[in-house]
Amino acid sequence: MAFLDLTNLEKTFGANRVVKDFNLGIDKGEFVSLLGPSGCGKTTVLRMVAGFETPTSGSIRIDGQDVTDQRTNQRAIGMMFQAYALFPNMTVADNVAFGLKVKGISRAEREARVAEMLRLIGLPDLATRFPFQLSGGQQQRVALARALAPRPRVLLLDEPLSALDAKVRVSLRNEIRVIQRELGITTIFVTHDQEEAMSISDRIVVMNGGIAEQAGAPFEIYNNPRTRFVAGFVGTLNMFTATVESQQDGLLTVAGQRVLLPKGPITARDGDTVTLALRPEAIRLGRAEGREVVMPATIDEVHFLGSVIRVRARVAGTVVALDTFNRPDQPPPPVGSAAEISFAASDVILLPE
Amino acid sequence: MTRIVAWAAVLLGCLYFLLPLAGMTEFSLKMRRGVYSFDAYVKVFEDPTFWATFGYSLTLAAATIVFGVLLVVPTAYWVRLKLPQARPVVEFITLLPLVIPAIVIVFGYIRLYNTSSFLPLTGSAFGTDILLTMGYATLALPYMYRAVDTGLRTIDVATLTEAAQSLGAGWFTILARIILPNVLVAVLSGAFLTLAIVIGEFTMAALLNRPAFGPFMQLLGANRAYEPPALAVIAFTITWVCMGLIQLVTRFSKHERAKA
Repeated sequence: MAFLDLTNLEKTFGANRVVKDFNLGIDKGEFVSLLGPSGCGKTTVLRMVAGFETPTSGSIRIDGQDVTDQRTNQRAIGMMFQAYALFPNMTVADNVAFGLKVKGISRAEREARVAEMLRLIGLPDLATRFPFQLSGGQQQRVALARALAPRPRVLLLDEPLSALDAKVRVSLRNEIRVIQRELGITTIFVTHDQEEAMSISDRIVVMNGGIAEQAGAPFEIYNNPRTRFVAGFVGTLNMFTATVESQQDGLLTVAGQRVLLPKGPITARDGDTVTLALRPEAIRLGRAEGREVVMPATIDEVHFLGSVIRVRARVAGTVVALDTFNRPDQPPPPVGSAAEISFAASDVILLPE
Repeated sequence: MTRIVAWAAVLLGCLYFLLPLAGMTEFSLKMRRGVYSFDAYVKVFEDPTFWATFGYSLTLAAATIVFGVLLVVPTAYWVRLKLPQARPVVEFITLLPLVIPAIVIVFGYIRLYNTSSFLPLTGSAFGTDILLTMGYATLALPYMYRAVDTGLRTIDVATLTEAAQSLGAGWFTILARIILPNVLVAVLSGAFLTLAIVIGEFTMAALLNRPAFGPFMQLLGANRAYEPPALAVIAFTITWVCMGLIQLVTRFSKHERAKA
């Protein structure tokens, strides 16, 4: 049995079913991200785990204990909010100590734990500051320390990085992950940023329209999306329409080029139209060894981004995005020039219709 | 040109308000024939009734403030957090004391709580004091509610509440340790306005026959010549000190935060 078990969770607001039959088991110490667009129900799931929303049906168990009907303050959870939510009338130390004080922990132990937490987040000298005297990143670090101080069973992160600037966001997400690993605390992280989710999660649950479309490790989600939505939402995809020539052999035709899928038989029937998808990094400009499918292309746009050059090329009426590494001896192709692209059939993702 | 007109309007407004006040103050200093003196003020301060009524009104003001805070802070908080749809109704109720005269309220009280009623509060001095405190709280409700509601608007009530709940806090802890300290300046503004209202209130205290400062001012005004304007100046000063304290508290709070 998982440490945190969400079974058949449902939530409706009036006639609107926001979360539909949601099931998820999270092991102790695991870092799971709920990823999805706005309104997909990810925050509602988190709020149900926190106890801020009561599930319409289903159950929530933490460490074997049914907490579905428990109030938030009885669940022993820690939470970080997008808006920091530090108490403005308290200093950093008082904020961190708040949960400990509520628990009735002695002053000496409280002070020791506050000092430990402030060391953990790298702000040991800011104990006497007020929240309004801190930067956004510092406030969110304090919020993390405050959430962790009472040693919660589960840590819930509700888009805690969304209000921060890009640089702070990257450094803080790494810090959160390091601290989470160090403490071994079970964590749910809600985000709509796929890069954020992929970079720090053990597992990602991609949500859409209140259901979990796919759950898996970031590598799995990115490379083997099970639904069209997951494929489109996580990462960039180039899509081609193909015709099935041989269902049994996994042979398709794309703009006159034959693509033999190495995974063998496919579910579509011969003559059917299917959608193939390719990640930008799977496509090469020009011919390359091991990339047996070659197609003519016209260069539409070239964006030089430093180490990477992003090229948009028109292939068989479809605009294809591909990334190539910058090489000083190989300048990017001029816009409007004719070129070739190549890819390996093994990199093709066959999207379900 | 526009500036001159604006300044002229300000000056005219000041004269309109300050001239009668200056005239009254000047008159209050003319008790001794031919010279200006504070004789009228000395007389007022030497009167034991002044201190007794002033002390009584201060005590009731304190009780009113405590009751008002206990009533208004949780109500405004709850409306903001859980019942935003009820806000227009609550605002309407809090505005009623402005349109219902105090005399109507106090007659209602006397009808409801007289000695032959189910709750004979007017039967004892203490009971009448409770009734008067409730009456004062009603009169101060529009000001106290607005002050607290404005204070609550400046903080993210919902998120702070959820943050505190996630840390194990119950409703009382949230109200006492998170919400109240964060709206303290607003509460103090409401408290000073309440104090000013209670100190000058006449109708309720007179009809409930309690020895408050308002009826004392009226009694003095009906029987003396120089002491009433002196007392009016004292009452004005108390009100202005209250207003000044509101400003001071607001500034002090900002100063404390900036300094820390």
